[in-house]
Amino acid sequence: MKKNIRWLIGFGILAASLLFIMLYPIPSLLSWQSSFLAHCFFILMLCFVMCLFRVMAGPTPADRAVAIDTLGILIVGFCAILSISTGRDWYLDIAIAWALQSFIGALALAKYLEGRGFDE
Amino acid sequence: MQQIIGYIFIILGLGFDVFGCIGLLRLPDVYNRLQATTKCVTLGTCSILLGAFVIKGLCATGVKAILVAVFLLLTSPVAAHALARGAHKSGVKLWPKSVVDKYEQDGN
Repeated sequence: MKKNIRWLIGFGILAASLLFIMLYPIPSLLSWQSSFLAHCFFILMLCFVMCLFRVMAGPTPADRAVAIDTLGILIVGFCAILSISTGRDWYLDIAIAWALQSFIGALALAKYLEGRGFDE
Repeated sequence: MQQIIGYIFIILGLGFDVFGCIGLLRLPDVYNRLQATTKCVTLGTCSILLGAFVIKGLCATGVKAILVAVFLLLTSPVAAHALARGAHKSGVKLWPKSVVDKYEQDGN
């Protein structure tokens, strides 16, 4: 019974935030080429909030490492959407650099979790 | 026409991203969370990059997008495997209802 109530509360929060993103008027902070891409931007922001919640509340260090790795992959997609919507090339250069840095960071975190030194 | 196909790819990728992040919140164990996110989020991000390639066409931006997608497809499973191995060696317990642990049985 209690589990059902918790499930319903979580589903309600998720559906309410998705509906809010769909109906929200677009702010004029950046010059958007289409309003569709602005809504995509805010859906990715919702994903970032979920990952940051797992970073904050993860019970073990391995959970936090997994959430950081996921966040790094999501930022690459974020840079791609920014590159389409503003029409500038160099956001994809940022995406290449961020993918490389995220991969090396994940490998270093895995070595740290195993309890070994970085040079073995 | 080109733009509509690209937007369809972007919608597909965003759906995979959202479901992967829901799995990251919802599933009970480190290994289950890793299994949910590393598949869904990698496929979703590669789909967004493919949409960028379809919209921009064969110019510098589109080729860079394909390059990033190939790089993600090569490196993301390696990072996920290393993280799972590190979590198992650091002594994270499995979910109590999980059935089998082959890595423990092999004596590592």
